Amino acid sequence: MSLLEVDDVVVQFGGVTAVNHATFEAEAGRVTGLIGPNGAGKTTCFNVISGLQRPTKGKVRFNGRTVTSVPVHRRSKRGMGRTFQRLEAFGSLTVRENVRVALDIHRGLVGVLKPAKSDIDGLLERVGIRAYADERADSIPTGTARLLELARCLAGDPRLLLLDEPSSGLDETETDAFGDLLRDLAAEGRGILMVEHDMDLVMGVCDTIRVLDFGEVIAVGEPAAIRADKRVQQAYLGYSDDEPEHAAGEPGGSDTEQTLVIPAVPVSEGATS
Amino acid sequence: MDTFIAYLIPGIFTGAAYAIAASGLVLTYTTTRVFNIAHGAFGMVMSFIFWDFSQKQGLPVWLSLILVLGLVAPLTGLLVQRFIARGLGEAPVSVSLVVTVGLFVGLIGAAQAIWKPEPRFVPPLFADELGNDKSITIGETVVTAQQMITVGASIAVAVGLYLLLTRTRIGTAMRASVDNPELLKLYGGKPDTVAGLSWAIGISLAALGGILLVPAVGLDYYQLTLLVINAYAAAMVGRLKNLPLTFVGAMALGIADSMALGYISTDSVFADIRPVIPPLFLFAALVLLPQAQLRIGQVKGIVSAPVPSVPRMVVTGGVFLVVLLAVVSPMSEANLLLVGTAATYAMVMLSLVLLTGYGGHVSLAQLTFAGVGALAYAKLDSPNLYGLLMSALIAVAVGALVALPVLRLTGLYLALSTLAFGVLMDKVVFQNERAFGFGGALEAQRLSFFGNTVETTQAYVMVMGVFFVLVAIGILLLRRGVLGRLLVAMRDSPAACGTLGLDLRWARVGLFGLSAGVAGLAGALFAGLRGTIGAADFQYFNSLPLLLLAVVFGVTSVTGATLGGIGLMLLPVLSGSNPIAGGIVFLIIGFGAVFAGRDPNGLANLLFRLGRLLQTRVLNRIDLNLPQLPSTAAFTRTKTPTREVSGGELFDDGYGEPTPVAVGAGSVPGTDRTKEGQ
Repeated sequence: MSLLEVDDVVVQFGGVTAVNHATFEAEAGRVTGLIGPNGAGKTTCFNVISGLQRPTKGKVRFNGRTVTSVPVHRRSKRGMGRTFQRLEAFGSLTVRENVRVALDIHRGLVGVLKPAKSDIDGLLERVGIRAYADERADSIPTGTARLLELARCLAGDPRLLLLDEPSSGLDETETDAFGDLLRDLAAEGRGILMVEHDMDLVMGVCDTIRVLDFGEVIAVGEPAAIRADKRVQQAYLGYSDDEPEHAAGEPGGSDTEQTLVIPAVPVSEGATS
Repeated sequence: MDTFIAYLIPGIFTGAAYAIAASGLVLTYTTTRVFNIAHGAFGMVMSFIFWDFSQKQGLPVWLSLILVLGLVAPLTGLLVQRFIARGLGEAPVSVSLVVTVGLFVGLIGAAQAIWKPEPRFVPPLFADELGNDKSITIGETVVTAQQMITVGASIAVAVGLYLLLTRTRIGTAMRASVDNPELLKLYGGKPDTVAGLSWAIGISLAALGGILLVPAVGLDYYQLTLLVINAYAAAMVGRLKNLPLTFVGAMALGIADSMALGYISTDSVFADIRPVIPPLFLFAALVLLPQAQLRIGQVKGIVSAPVPSVPRMVVTGGVFLVVLLAVVSPMSEANLLLVGTAATYAMVMLSLVLLTGYGGHVSLAQLTFAGVGALAYAKLDSPNLYGLLMSALIAVAVGALVALPVLRLTGLYLALSTLAFGVLMDKVVFQNERAFGFGGALEAQRLSFFGNTVETTQAYVMVMGVFFVLVAIGILLLRRGVLGRLLVAMRDSPAACGTLGLDLRWARVGLFGLSAGVAGLAGALFAGLRGTIGAADFQYFNSLPLLLLAVVFGVTSVTGATLGGIGLMLLPVLSGSNPIAGGIVFLIIGFGAVFAGRDPNGLANLLFRLGRLLQTRVLNRIDLNLPQLPSTAAFTRTKTPTREVSGGELFDDGYGEPTPVAVGAGSVPGTDRTKEGQ
């Protein structure tokens, strides 16, 4: 039984189908990548999983129980944590206070009574933003704010992490360190479902990859298999093995996705973990 | 059956007029995301202009109609969009509400200042020389020309809007603007033009609705303005986006209103319900709205007045009380009552600091909660600390009850439900014989402490001052602690709070309850001060200037609340019995809020800045003139700036080590921390 099962989920906004019969799962202790062109329905999927969006049809099961109609906050209590593509840091609070709020919410009254400084700083240290602890969250760089969201999420000790483009705004070194962190988190038994455009990171860190296009899952497999999949190459990666010169002009490979072409030298898991 | 038809026809007529006004409201809201609370006030002002043109200046009715609907109203709409409403749709709901409430109050003020109160007659559009409307008789029911015109106009508006939105390029752009104005811009559309057009049409429709209703309801500042609540209710049936449903809602409301008049007799137990059908309808429509989904990508990181340290709070509170004692000692009874009233208002504004300043929610009926506290205090008839506590707790319960049915809703809808609640309480409860009674007065005793009654007004005002300081310190402590952090987090990102496991619904109910409790406490103390209280003391309309002054003076700080309380108390003193002066005062407050409303830190923030500037200058000068004694210099250079300006200590949660920062270099980009001097 998978930690998370998304079963035949459909989301429609008026006449537009954002998610079209998507079915996939994420396992505990593994990093699952969810990739696809912009507008493929990845963030909508995340909203459905975390409870911010009701699906038109379909089910979400978490830890063996159906949670489709369970409110957002209760899904969190059951062990789901998420970060956001468009930042949702508490801008008026400091970085440390951001994490403290998360701990307070997670621990309830106990959290209020128990001093939590070492816990907070431990979390900040773990994601590597301890130096920003006293800065206001609306004044830190985007990449740092994304890591702050992750730290805040970890305060609730989640079993499943939903990370929405967590590495955008990070430089190469930071991304490498972030990849290591993800492997560590997975090694602790947490399931990680990640929407990400940085193909180096996705191919290097993920155990499994699901590819979405026009709301549908068009491919599932390990990084090597996904890289070789022709449909994926056409829909998302922007080229196919047969006609690499048409890379960016293919349907589905929008101009904004040009940077997402898989590197010529495959990155093995060992390189980042 | 005849009775039925006799009430159905006027019902359809009023429904049609509501539909015209409501569709304007919906159009503006869907295209610009600004809910124009002042929609009815615009209708009222346009009706006055119509009267001015057609009656006072003597222009022909048709020409006046064309001038108002085709020129004045659209031009006003364009100007409002250009200079007031621009960018408001992306601002937090609390800001757009405050700005439009500012317009609401300002327009009423403007109308009072321009057209002084006197009986005015606006004949129906097709009146004969004596001012009587032309009519035809169907069976035994008379249908007037005005009624037919109204129904015809509403059909024309419906068809016109349908064609505009579906058959024209600009209409398509308007619909696109609903979804994503930024994207519209990228595709070559002009969101500003679209917004300007929708404001122009919106105000014209408000004008048309108002002008058609004037012969029936009379040319009155408030009566016409408040018709907007009916438009809200109708618009809510269409969930603020669906025009056909809005028309259905308007018709249903018009007919229900009319039927209530026909079928509920004045001596029935339900007689009280008749005047409050629209707010009841609004409340019901809100309760039936579906669950609001948490919005992602909202505005966040609001710079607000910092929270002083505990010793500072205590010292400032003490100084405040000493000053108050010095001020009230030589005062006459009448002036003491004014000071007590200011303390009451200031305390009600403290409740708004909690709700709006920290929590980001807006209440349009805060004075009603004070009324609940006052009523409870007078009725409990136990004028001691127990009675006071119970009165506050009753207000807490009522506040929570208001938020409870609309638990699932947020921002705008929650604010509208408080407005409906204010009207309901005023008309059904406060004016009821068992409560204050219409125009009646209820006696309340002065407070006593362990058997010792506070007899003199002077002492009572001091007691109110002490309560004010205690509540202020309580609220500041709350802001410094775990609850305050949670409040700010909820304001900055409800979605993140939800995904971190916080049940926002109950947190919201708690916040509303607590805020109502503070207002209730203020009301109870006020009852003891005055000795007699009545429904007129807590009219729901007065909650609006109260909210505006709180924001103008700064709804994020205790200083703002204090100044706001004094300001609100001075209003009637300033305007005296002159309605034109009263109008001008409203005008200033209203438009003051329109322009200051975007910064909830208000005028208090200017004071803080001034204080900081003076302190910097003075400190530097002292520094320069001091002999170079190492101990003194070290003290002034490091200690003071660290306490006053650095980010570490003001937002200190007890764990951080404050970083010494030199004066002037202390603000982190995007922040503006100034000290708060209560």
